[in-house]
Amino acid sequence: MSVDTATVAKIAALARIKLSQDEVSAMVPELNGILAWVEQLAEVDVTGVEPMTAVIENHLRLRDDVVNADVQTGGDKREKVLANAPAPEHGFFGVPKVIE
Amino acid sequence: MSELTELGVAAIRDGVSTGTFSAVEVAEAFNANVAAAATLNAFIVTTPDKALDAARAVDANRAAGKPLGKLGGVPIGMKDLFATAGVQTTAASHMLEGFIPPYESTVSGKLWAEGAGMLGKLNLDQFAMGSSNETSYFGNVISPWRRSDGGNAALAPGGSSGGSSTAVSARLCPAATGTDTGGSIRQPAAFTGISGIKPTYGRCSRWGIVAFASSLDQAGPMARDVTDCAIMLEAMSGFDPKDSTSLDLPVPAWEAGLNPDMRGKKVGVPVEYRMDGMDADVAASWEQGIAWLRDAGATIVEISLPHTKYALPAYYIIAPAEASSNLARYDGVRYGLRDLPDNAGLQDMYAATRAAGFGAEVKRRILIGTYVLSAGFYDAYYTQAQKVRTLISRDFARAFETVDVILAPTAPTAAFALGEKSADPLAMYLNDVFAVPASLAGLPAMSVPAGLNREGLPLGLQVIGRPFDEQGVLNAGLAIERRAGFTARPEKWW
Repeated sequence: MSVDTATVAKIAALARIKLSQDEVSAMVPELNGILAWVEQLAEVDVTGVEPMTAVIENHLRLRDDVVNADVQTGGDKREKVLANAPAPEHGFFGVPKVIE
Repeated sequence: MSELTELGVAAIRDGVSTGTFSAVEVAEAFNANVAAAATLNAFIVTTPDKALDAARAVDANRAAGKPLGKLGGVPIGMKDLFATAGVQTTAASHMLEGFIPPYESTVSGKLWAEGAGMLGKLNLDQFAMGSSNETSYFGNVISPWRRSDGGNAALAPGGSSGGSSTAVSARLCPAATGTDTGGSIRQPAAFTGISGIKPTYGRCSRWGIVAFASSLDQAGPMARDVTDCAIMLEAMSGFDPKDSTSLDLPVPAWEAGLNPDMRGKKVGVPVEYRMDGMDADVAASWEQGIAWLRDAGATIVEISLPHTKYALPAYYIIAPAEASSNLARYDGVRYGLRDLPDNAGLQDMYAATRAAGFGAEVKRRILIGTYVLSAGFYDAYYTQAQKVRTLISRDFARAFETVDVILAPTAPTAAFALGEKSADPLAMYLNDVFAVPASLAGLPAMSVPAGLNREGLPLGLQVIGRPFDEQGVLNAGLAIERRAGFTARPEKWW
């Protein structure tokens, strides 16, 4: 499978990365080079093989159902959460208008 | 006190503990080396006051007869992928330029709790994506090593932990943290003549490490020798409920367990790693490593890892796929860069922000990842790659039924010049051909210096172990280290 400029433009739109026409054109042969190379995976016989989901066996834990059980990952820290926001407003994250 | 910067982790810890010198003297000596090495561009920010504050605390504890910690008085470099409270954390990206974490990563917090101090935040490939440290927004890191041909070509320190490798090999810090997704600790260690270990996936908490590919990312230490790596790894490891993939296992006493006696051990040599057109010096150093381990008492066994050639292509589907998902968080809303063109709406802001904030290699990998996860292609690429990953993991499991550790080269060549491979993404990716298989299988693996090639540049040997058997890896590394007697170091030119 290979990509053309329309496909690259579509992927870039899906990934929310603005690319100029020149950047899209430059990316086409780069991505095709990489995709052609990874396509050798198709020759591997994977009959009956499950896709890997966990590299080291581990059990999934649930934390205790307690509010703010861990101070670091708990709530009540609006100022810290907003400290790095580019445009905080009234204690919230500010974004451009989304509803007309 | 410049001779203090010649000391490694164990020697500093012991010297501070016995009062041979103070922690402040050590911090001052390393601060001076860091300040004098700006040319190498190993640090994105330096934090001499942090190093001094930590040292003062250790000296005060000693005066008060209190315990000093496993790293009491040892100043270290912190890869700028670890969130450090109050100190800018960028992942070497424009996207996170100016980002000041309000919290400390688990791994860095553990190191400070054991008495280590921070000399600064180390440069890296942007979002840890690269093998040469040429994708950093804050400029290339330059290796302190130069070829013996008299030319002054600037060489790559490896990547992505290139600031870490340069800083340790140039004696700017006795040890540094690294992270390894597909070789990012081992390959830079090999390029600069130092040691580095990636532990079993889950040993070190990922909490507070800027995420690249979460099923592969693992932190680990980089230091001048195997013992220093063992000491650092003990301090960095341990269960963390804040990381869902953290291993709930006790941390072994790796330093106390070090033993270079390989009698009764079987060392596997994978035939598939002996590739056509292999660099002659790398092949010779591998043979030398086999002879050293035999001399240490090990039995050498040829093994087969039949899916080796598919590891790298599988990695370049899985890692970009995970990256495209992880990096979706950079949207210009909650933290990091925002680029808001005039009259732009929300979607335009996302796209403009991500265009301005990500470098070319990061964009390339996000696009690849987005493509292989997109509707209609998911099974052909991503599911297939995860199936191949299962087969690669099985290859190792079968091999470890008969052998205790595996010996291989760390990288296919010694360090290359900056700019030599940066125009060709595929040529760059191929640099991790020996490192990636162990990453895909989540196995502990380390690189130790083996010697110099004909150009006078370091070569590394890689030891891969069973899951959870960091001790076996460290021990084989120590057996090599004892016999390699590697004392070469870059001549100071910076």
